[in-house]
Amino acid sequence: MLGFPLFPDQASSVAARVDALFYFLVSVSVFFATLICILIIVFAVRYRRRSENEQPPAIVGNLGLEILWTVVPLGLTMVMFVWGAKLFFVIYHPPINSLEITVVAKQWMWKVQHPEGRLEIDELHIPTGRPVKLTMTSQDVIHSFFVPAFRVKRDVLPGRYTTVWFEATKAGEYQLFCSQYCGTQHSGMVGRIVVMEPARYQTWLSGETAVISMASAGEKLFQRLACNTCHLESGAGRGPPLVGLFGKKVQLQNGQTVTADENYIRESILEPQAKITAGYAPIMPTFKGLVSEDGIMQIVAYIKSLTHEGTQAKK
Amino acid sequence: MNTQTMERRQHYLNVSYGIRSWLFTTDHKRIAWLYLVSVTFFFFIGGLFATLIRLELLTPQGDLVQAETYNKLFTMHGVTMIFFFLIPSIPAVLGNFLIPMMIGARDLAFPRLNLASWYIYSIGGLFTLIAAAAGGVDTGWTFYTPYSSIYSNTHVVLTVVGIFVTGFSSILTGLNFIVTIHTMRAPGMTWFRLPLFVWAHYATSIIFVLGTPVIAITLLLVGLERVFHLGIFDPELGGDPLLFQHLFWFYSHPAVYIMILPGMGVISELIACFSRKRIFGYEFVAFSSLGIAVLGFLVWGHHMFVSGQSLYAGMIFSLLSMLVAIPSAVKVFNWTATLYKGSVSFDAPMLYALGFIGLFTIGGLTGLFLASIGVDVHVHDTYFVIAHFHYIMVGSAVMAYLGGIHFWWPKMTGRRYPEAVARVAALIIFLGFNLTFFPQFILGYLGMPRRYHVYPPEFQVLNVMSSAGASILAVGYVLPLIYLIWSLRYGAIAGMNPWKAKGLEWQTPSPPPTDNFDVTPIVVHEAYGYETDEPQAIYPPGKPLHV
Repeated sequence: MLGFPLFPDQASSVAARVDALFYFLVSVSVFFATLICILIIVFAVRYRRRSENEQPPAIVGNLGLEILWTVVPLGLTMVMFVWGAKLFFVIYHPPINSLEITVVAKQWMWKVQHPEGRLEIDELHIPTGRPVKLTMTSQDVIHSFFVPAFRVKRDVLPGRYTTVWFEATKAGEYQLFCSQYCGTQHSGMVGRIVVMEPARYQTWLSGETAVISMASAGEKLFQRLACNTCHLESGAGRGPPLVGLFGKKVQLQNGQTVTADENYIRESILEPQAKITAGYAPIMPTFKGLVSEDGIMQIVAYIKSLTHEGTQAKK
Repeated sequence: MNTQTMERRQHYLNVSYGIRSWLFTTDHKRIAWLYLVSVTFFFFIGGLFATLIRLELLTPQGDLVQAETYNKLFTMHGVTMIFFFLIPSIPAVLGNFLIPMMIGARDLAFPRLNLASWYIYSIGGLFTLIAAAAGGVDTGWTFYTPYSSIYSNTHVVLTVVGIFVTGFSSILTGLNFIVTIHTMRAPGMTWFRLPLFVWAHYATSIIFVLGTPVIAITLLLVGLERVFHLGIFDPELGGDPLLFQHLFWFYSHPAVYIMILPGMGVISELIACFSRKRIFGYEFVAFSSLGIAVLGFLVWGHHMFVSGQSLYAGMIFSLLSMLVAIPSAVKVFNWTATLYKGSVSFDAPMLYALGFIGLFTIGGLTGLFLASIGVDVHVHDTYFVIAHFHYIMVGSAVMAYLGGIHFWWPKMTGRRYPEAVARVAALIIFLGFNLTFFPQFILGYLGMPRRYHVYPPEFQVLNVMSSAGASILAVGYVLPLIYLIWSLRYGAIAGMNPWKAKGLEWQTPSPPPTDNFDVTPIVVHEAYGYETDEPQAIYPPGKPLHV
C-alpha cells in the first residue's frame, strides 16, 4: 500500500506474542505521549502571557498528584516487566524435543551443520511446526544471530556456546542478520532462513549424497585424536568413561558438581585442567589448536549420542 | 543602561585582553567559554560524521564510502558526540558559568583545578583527533572485545588513550562542583533554596566521580590486552568478553544520565522562568534527580539481555530498569503541571523547553520497550535503539543545551540574540529531529540492524526520510551558530535581567563582574519566587551593586 513495509512478517510461534506485548507498549506510550502533549498545548495556550507584568499565583505542589503519578507508572511498568519477563523465559528456553542444529559464526559468515551431517553456509533450512534449537559459537569476535520474522536474537560468543530456539510457523524465506557489530563486512554477514513443510524438508535433507552425520564425524575425530585410548567405555581407562555422560551431574575433585552440558564438554576438550573429574588424575593435554570449532561441535554430538541404550542397541 | 555605560563598566570579559588572559584564566566564566568553543567544535565535527553516515544510507548499496570508512564514521561520530560533546556540554559550559553565581559564590572551590580540567579535556580531544586524522578507529564507540582488543586494525589505542585522559576532566569537574555546592553556598542558601539546575548538577557530579574511573580502567585494560596480549577479555587468551560489557556499561549507562540530568536541570529553570511559576513539586523534582543518579548505577545489564548473561540477571535488570521510568515520569508531570495557571511566553528558550518535554517523553516511553525483555530480544541492536537514544541524547539533551545557551546568552555576553530567527531555528530543529529519528523506530521494529553499511532495499524509503530530516536538522543547528556569533557584536544590549527571571545570576550585571557579586548576597527566599517582586537575596546595605 505504501510501497514499503511497516511491520515485519510473523513467522514463528513467539512472533505474535512479542507483537502483542509490543502493541500494549505502543498503546501505553501513545496514551501518555498524547496526554502530555495535549496538557502542554492546552496550558500553554490557555495560560499564555497576556501582559508583560503578569504575576500568576504561586502553586507549590500537590502531594496527591505526586502520589498518583508515582503509583500509576509504577503499576504499569510492573505489568510490562512481568509480561516481558514471562515472554523472555519462553523465548530463551528451548523445548526438550527440539531439532538440534549447530552454528559456527566467523568474520563474516554463518556455518551451519545439521545433525544428519548436511552443511550450509549463510543459509539455514528448517521445517515448519518443529522447535529448532541452535547451539552457537564464534571463531573470532562476538556476532549475533537475528531473525526479525521470528523475533529472536542471541549473541554468538567466542569461547562458549550460546543457544537460541524458534519454531517456524510459515513456510517461506526470511532474513538472517548479524546484529552485533563484528568488523568491516558486518553488514554483509547476512543470510536466509528457508522454512519448508516437513516433507519437503526431509527431501532436502536427503538431497545431498554421501554426507555423514555429525555424530559419526565426531566419532572419527574422537579416534583420530586418540581420545578413545584413555576414555574407555569400560571405565577402566585413564580418563572418565563418556557413555551416558551427557546431561548427568559430574562430581569434581574440588567437591563441586557440574552438569555435563555442551559448554562443559567444550571446556574439557580445550582446557582439561579447569574441571577435573573426581577420581581421575589431571593428565589430559589440551586440544586447543588441534581441533576446529566445527570439529568440537561434532565431538560434542558424538558424546551426546553415547547413551547406554544406544551402545546396547549397537551391540 | 546604554551602550556607553556598559562599555565603561568593568566585567569579566573586558577586565583583561589577549590570548594569555584566556588560556591562563581561573575565572569560571572564562573557563566556561573555553569549553563552549571546544564543545562547539566537537559538535560540528561529530555532525560532519553524521552527515556522511546519512548520505551513505540514502541508498541500500554501499556506494558513497567503503565499508571500512563507514564503520569509522559511526565510531568517530559516537566517540566525539558522547565523550567530547554531550558529557561536557551542559556541565562544563553552563554548569561552570552558572553554579557559582546561582549559589552566590565568587568562583568554584578549586579554580585552578577547573582550568586544569579544560586542559586535560583538550589533550584527550587532541589524541582523539590525531587518531581520526591518522586513519580513524572502527570498533564502534562501545569498543566491544575481543574485536577492539585483538581484531581491529585501526587506531584503537590512541582513541582509548584520548577517552581515558578526558575522563579525568569529568572527574575533576564533578569533584569541583560537589565541593563548591557543599561549602560555598551564600548565607541563607539552604539546600531547598537551591535552583533545580544545581540539584541536577549535584546528581551528575556524583556519577562523574563514581562512574568515570570505571570506564578509565576498562579502556586501559583494552589497551593492555591489545598491546601486551594480557588475557582479560579475549577467550583465546583466557579472558571473558562479557566482563568487558559489564565494566563498560557500568559506566556507560550512568553516563547517559550524565548527559540528560543537567539538561533536566536546565529545563526546570526555563519552564519556571517562562511560565513565571515556581516549579510544581520542587522537592520531588530535586529528589528524582538523585533517584535517577542512584538507579542509573543498577541497570547496566539491560544492555546485555541478548548477550548470554544469566536469564535471571536479565530479569533483575529489567525490573530495575523499569523503575527508572518513575523519577522520569515524576519530572515530566511536574514540569507540565508548572504551566498550569502560569504566565506562559514563547521565547526561543521556552520553545526548546516545551520541545524537550515532548521528545523526552517519547524517548523515555520507548525506553520501556527496551526494558521489557521479551520485546528487547527483537529490537536489541536495531534502529529502534538508535532512535530511542537519539530522542534522549539529541532530542532531549541537545535541545536542553541549546535552550540553556539561548536563555543565559544575555548573561554570558551582555547581548540579546535575534529572537525571531531563534524561534524559527528552534522549530526547524524540532521538525528536522522528528523526521530524522521517528522513521528509525519503524526501521528498528522491521529488523534493520544498527551499524549496517549496506541494507536490504525494502528499508530504503524510511532511510531516505531519515536522511531528509537530517538535512533539515543540519540547517537548524547551523542557524544558531551564525546568529549567536552575529549577536556578539550586533545584538541588542541585554541588561541585567531581560527575562525577569529569579535566581541570583540575574541580580548581577550582564556580563557579570569577575567576582560575580560585589558583596556576598544573603539569600532570604526560595528559588522561583515568581509570585513576588522581591529578589531571592538581599545585599548588605551601604554596598549596593553597581548597575
